[in-house]
Amino acid sequence: MAWIVFIVLSVLCVGSVAAMILSRNAAHNALFLVLAFAALGGLFGLLDAPFAAAVQVLVYAGAIMVLFLFALMMFDLRRPAPPDKPGFRLALTLVLALVLLGEIALALARLVRGGGGPGGAPGHDVGRLGALLFTDYLYAFEITSLLILAALVGALALAGKKEGA
Amino acid sequence: MIPTAAFLALAALLFALGVLAFFVKKDLLTQFMAVEIMLNAGNLAFLALARSLGKPDGQAVVLFVITAAAAEAVVGLAIIVLVFRRRKAVRTDDLKELRG
Repeated sequence: MAWIVFIVLSVLCVGSVAAMILSRNAAHNALFLVLAFAALGGLFGLLDAPFAAAVQVLVYAGAIMVLFLFALMMFDLRRPAPPDKPGFRLALTLVLALVLLGEIALALARLVRGGGGPGGAPGHDVGRLGALLFTDYLYAFEITSLLILAALVGALALAGKKEGA
Repeated sequence: MIPTAAFLALAALLFALGVLAFFVKKDLLTQFMAVEIMLNAGNLAFLALARSLGKPDGQAVVLFVITAAAAEAVVGLAIIVLVFRRRKAVRTDDLKELRG
């Protein structure tokens, strides 16, 4: 059962990312990405991380992608992108991506063969995660709030400027 | 239970696809989306290893990654909007004055 869910979700995820690469319309790309992130949220749930799954759907598929769509509306999309000629650049990129994939796969294979660790108690307890966040990771957590404030002010300062001001 | 290796393989595949999208695509917004895909592939690997080690630390890291990604998206989109306003272009082909 879990395998069926895993395969369906991963095919959905990889397929929509592939569709994003093939599609030429930026708005379609954003919607494909929403689909991919929703499927990833399901995969997170499959990994005993319900909180991360909820945050993924709320923040990524919800907030960030809606922000992308809003930004998209500010651009002139009526002029379709010219079809780019496949050539040297594409071949080079494919080689780069394949080499990178092989490299990561090699590293991960070594990691998996080296034993997956003790595999102790499943960590799907949100209470434990919250306690961890406010003890061991307290500084990181507080700095994160500062980061968000800085991003907010920075975005306002950048995009809020009037033309020619 | 699905083995960790399956999730790690999926994460590797997603990361490679993100890199591919970043270099193949030629408009700033889609390239930015490709960066988000790479971040998410990292998150998937973190969660898979958190489960396999039985520690919730990986989940805490994922939360930080998501918040950092949100902040990055806000600032990045603001910069792209600014570039568009000034240059009326979001395609990298139209923005290559720095090229020698």
